[in-house]
Amino acid sequence: MRISSPRFEHDGVRPDYLLVARMVAPGSKVLDVGCGDGALLDLLVRERDADGRGIELSHEGVSRCVARGLSVIQGDADTDLADYPDDCFDYVILSQTLQATRQPRKVLENLLRIGRRAIVSLPNFGHWRVRAHLALKGTMPVTKNLPDTWYDTPNIHFCTIRDFVELCDVIGAGIERAVALHASGRPAGVNAPWWFWNLFGTQAVFLLYRKDENGHRTAHPTNE
Amino acid sequence: MTGDALRYASVSQVESPDSLVAHFGPERPLVLDSGVALSPFQIAYQTYGTLNAARSNAVLVCHALTGDQHAANVHPVTGKPGWWSTMIGPGRPIDTDRYFVVCSNVIGGCLGSTGPSSVNPATGQPWALAFPLVTIRDMVRAQAMLMDYLGIGTLFCVAGGSMGGMQVLEWAASYPERVYTAMPIATAAIHSAQNIAFGEVGRQAIMADPDWRGGRYLEAGVRPAQGLAVARMGAHITYLSESALHRKFGRRLQDRAAPTFTFDADFQVESYLRHQGEAFVERFDANSYLYVTRAMDYFDLAGSHGGVLANAFRGSKTRFCVASFSSDWLFPTSDSRAVVHALNAAGASVSFVEIQSDKGHDAFLLDEPELTATTGGFLRAAARMRGI
Repeated sequence: MRISSPRFEHDGVRPDYLLVARMVAPGSKVLDVGCGDGALLDLLVRERDADGRGIELSHEGVSRCVARGLSVIQGDADTDLADYPDDCFDYVILSQTLQATRQPRKVLENLLRIGRRAIVSLPNFGHWRVRAHLALKGTMPVTKNLPDTWYDTPNIHFCTIRDFVELCDVIGAGIERAVALHASGRPAGVNAPWWFWNLFGTQAVFLLYRKDENGHRTAHPTNE
Repeated sequence: MTGDALRYASVSQVESPDSLVAHFGPERPLVLDSGVALSPFQIAYQTYGTLNAARSNAVLVCHALTGDQHAANVHPVTGKPGWWSTMIGPGRPIDTDRYFVVCSNVIGGCLGSTGPSSVNPATGQPWALAFPLVTIRDMVRAQAMLMDYLGIGTLFCVAGGSMGGMQVLEWAASYPERVYTAMPIATAAIHSAQNIAFGEVGRQAIMADPDWRGGRYLEAGVRPAQGLAVARMGAHITYLSESALHRKFGRRLQDRAAPTFTFDADFQVESYLRHQGEAFVERFDANSYLYVTRAMDYFDLAGSHGGVLANAFRGSKTRFCVASFSSDWLFPTSDSRAVVHALNAAGASVSFVEIQSDKGHDAFLLDEPELTATTGGFLRAAARMRGI
């Protein structure tokens, strides 16, 4: 898969966004669930020539996306994904949102029903700082990456990288690619084993595919 | 101006309105859904802004049940600002410095487009109930003929709220290649049973007025003012919300310290509704009210596409911006969401926002910052893509 492009050397663009953008084949149809102010979607439309759509809960987010010329509907990942037909997108993206949904499993299943590929990024609750915080202080971890207190956080379903890999297995999602990132945004040990990522990655980005009846991966849309 | 003079003023708008008029002769009949070919007929319209050389900056604004072509100018009968002057004008979302805006009176209306109060050329008398039933699609057909007449092929945008939003959806379904962007606001693709029921109450109020005279009141020199006023009063309640009514009036009394123990308008809310009814009668024709509410009743965009709303938008390249209001119970958010789901299922490009407001259905006519921000942003972004 051709993923590197000199056009991606952006200053100031979030490293996880760049990583996601590199996973999307040019000219694809993409749905970004929980698209916020549309920064990632805009990147995909401009740099990947994507036919991009978004879902966002907040009115402010939708309004900013619409003013950028993006097609975004106000909606909720937990309730509104069910209304989309099967296979209507090449990729469905869930960026830093899975942990804030009420039913992560159902949401993930919907992503892979609607899209032929899903790209999921999530904060890693197994990072050593999080583990150390809980072990030493005995309180729910509050770190630079996870700054909310337990009673304020929208994140109601934290998981570790390992937990997520297990969920993928349970719902029959294949992992085409996975990258763990350091707090700096640099990839953490490219060919490292899961335990290493689970300890040293502050977040991870997964490119998932739906397995067919025989457990094989379904065809990639383009550019493979 | 006295009431009688006003009545005369509104009647005079029927044949020669204070606006532009396009006449369609026998060679260009309007073929209606009912099968009737209406000919000759005329469409009254207003324009704002300038059509560019590429003819690519035209915006068609569609009015609601009791609206008219005077969207952004002082109304010739009431002297009030146009019904969408919050949305149309220099620097407003539908920016008249940038776009050429057209708004026409619907077929069946009473402000200059052919309707039941127009003269039937076969009899020399007003059409009254001999006027053929019209549908939302017929209104849109007439608008499309007006666009042909103006030499406008593709519209940059078709926008409207309520019944105007129905016309927007019908435009997108019937003439997808002629609609670059569509803004259906506070509307539905299917008129609900509850809304048909409200419409029927209004029609029965008009027909129960002895001055209605089977629809032949104009020849008799009378008008079913009471019936039309009651119809308006009932409908007006559906345009507001309980919280808006409570905030505006509560249980406050009108110009008195205590109840009078009569059926006089003791409460402010009663006085307000009576005023709304009386003011409406000055500017609207009772038979037009029957016809236009009926057109809304018949609107079922899914029904006319094999029962599947998504089929109405299959293959559409139009960019949609759908908006609803949280306290609108006449065209609730669920109606807009049904449109959005269908557009998604059809793979169309759609944005949607539910605007928080306690002002009910009427919010689409008011200065709602979230509405102007979203629609303005949507149109500016689309104009960039369109090179306007």
